[in-house]
Amino acid sequence: MSYLELENVTKIYPNGTKAVNETSLSINEGELMVFVGPSGCGKSTLLRMIAGLEDITGGEIKLDNRVINKVDPSERDVAMVFQNYALYPHMNVYKNLAYGLKNKGESKEEIEKKVNQVAELLEIKEFLLRKPGQLSGGQRQRVAMGRAIVRNPKAFLFDEPLSNLDAKLRGQVRIEIKKLQKQMDVTSVFVTHDQVEAMTLGDRLAVINEGVIEQVGSPIEVYEKPATYFVAEFIGTPQMNFINGKIHSNKFISDGFEFSINKDVKDQEVIFGIRPENLKVSANGSIKIKVDLIEKLGADSIIYGYDKSNNYLCYRENGNTKIKANEEISLEIDDENYHLFDQETKKRLN
Amino acid sequence: MSSRTLQFTAHFILWLGVLVMVVPIWIAFASSTHENVDIITEGMKWGLGDKFFDNYNEVLNRKGGFSQEITATSMFINSFIMAFGIATVKVIISAMSAYAIVYFRFRLATPIFWLIFITLLVPLEVRILPSYQIVSDLNLTNSYTGLVLPLVASATATFFFRQFYKSVPDELLEAAKLDGANSWKFFIDFLLPLSKTMIAAMFIFMFVYGYSQYLWPLIMTTDEKYWTVVMGMKIIFQESYEGGNLPRVAERFSYIILSMIPPVLVVIFLQRWFIKGLIQTEK
Repeated sequence: MSYLELENVTKIYPNGTKAVNETSLSINEGELMVFVGPSGCGKSTLLRMIAGLEDITGGEIKLDNRVINKVDPSERDVAMVFQNYALYPHMNVYKNLAYGLKNKGESKEEIEKKVNQVAELLEIKEFLLRKPGQLSGGQRQRVAMGRAIVRNPKAFLFDEPLSNLDAKLRGQVRIEIKKLQKQMDVTSVFVTHDQVEAMTLGDRLAVINEGVIEQVGSPIEVYEKPATYFVAEFIGTPQMNFINGKIHSNKFISDGFEFSINKDVKDQEVIFGIRPENLKVSANGSIKIKVDLIEKLGADSIIYGYDKSNNYLCYRENGNTKIKANEEISLEIDDENYHLFDQETKKRLN
Repeated sequence: MSSRTLQFTAHFILWLGVLVMVVPIWIAFASSTHENVDIITEGMKWGLGDKFFDNYNEVLNRKGGFSQEITATSMFINSFIMAFGIATVKVIISAMSAYAIVYFRFRLATPIFWLIFITLLVPLEVRILPSYQIVSDLNLTNSYTGLVLPLVASATATFFFRQFYKSVPDELLEAAKLDGANSWKFFIDFLLPLSKTMIAAMFIFMFVYGYSQYLWPLIMTTDEKYWTVVMGMKIIFQESYEGGNLPRVAERFSYIILSMIPPVLVVIFLQRWFIKGLIQTEK
């Protein structure tokens, strides 16, 4: 059932910049939706419109069947975790958690009960009397989460909350957030530019580019069947390989190689995409590359090289590769896992 | 230069500074404990005399002025009321006007700010006639309101508060909004506590400013009841010149020493926050 619904939501700033363009999306109850996209793509603006921190230029936002376009942020029943946490520096942790409840006019006993519950859940009980300045990054992160949870909102909004943590902590907190969200079963929107976060956290992803949602789908769907060239390019590290060419009687033809496609696609100019792990070394492979650079990551090795027509291609191999730089290798394409995009519309063809 | 000589030179300069600051005060204090006649015949004193209680008692409790109605004690009270009033209202008004300028989007906010800022170029002494005209038209001469009111707007403090508010991250406001804080609550619950060191610093400056006002109370007050310490310094023992008596130098020194105490107290009392504000920011 759709719980948080965006209908043709548009944001135009006073200076004429169109940050979000007629975006529609419905998020189910208890679902964790991730908005992912490069910086400046409008994902944060979209989130802030849901929170009520930005005016909505056009369209409608509904939460639990209530249009919240004009509702005051504090009345929307949403809670937000900010990028830099935005903890209240002059209040101790207890007061940070209690402030919103106090403004709602809840009784002292009620507030104390709720704050203690949340503090226990997040294991921050021992810090309740400390100020944010005396906490570590991870602890602050928890307090920020606590401040959102304690209000028992209908939706959680996360605005890149992990970007201020170091890499190790980021992984931990990511798992914690995911668990907590499932445990509390609260509809959530998580904004990030980090595709690893997006893939691991989201029940579904919305990949956003230049104010438009390019694709909505589960992480695997988005990875395996990117709907547009942009999504294919944005999701996945190392990046998907792209080769320009054309389709002629169900055959992809480029300067370097030809490849029979097993689907009917009309003759046209296309971009052929293939992920590094969907290539394999084979004696009579159709793509020949001269190895330029090898990155050994332990679990796998990434091999970069130029093909005949100077496309820079990337190939991923498990384990520690025996391939050496400047060697010539032939690569074969995995039959199923290739992607075709229209050169004009950049939309997926297969 | 070796570090030893460097240290020595630095300390030497520091001690020189301390002496320049402290010696005049010490001489004033030492002189204030002698008899008038000794000072006039022998000059300023370096050592303490035995007239401390006599002189200070005389200054604090003897009635002076033209109509012999005012004591230094009541002038101290007046000065305190004036300085405290000016400092308090100045801080409140500046904090609030800076809040309006930084956080509310209204037309001409920036020109209005610069208009306020430009008033720095027009100190009270320059606009003293129109100010007096207004206060006198409002029948506020010889009143505490009249002493305080024309001095309560402060461009300096508004400027400092504005700079401080601008450095407060936007997310804080947004988080507070989501937590149901309206603009009034945000001011009271967030900006004021966050700027308390700033407020302490401003209060000190403004208190000293109000306390050391000379021209304004001099023009404003014809009733001795409203005399303040700094203006009284000139007047209170004036009659002593005229009766053929000795100038009352020792008592004047006592008076000067006493007049320094209230600002010093304010600084001592508020410096804890003041220094905190200089060395750490709570953001």
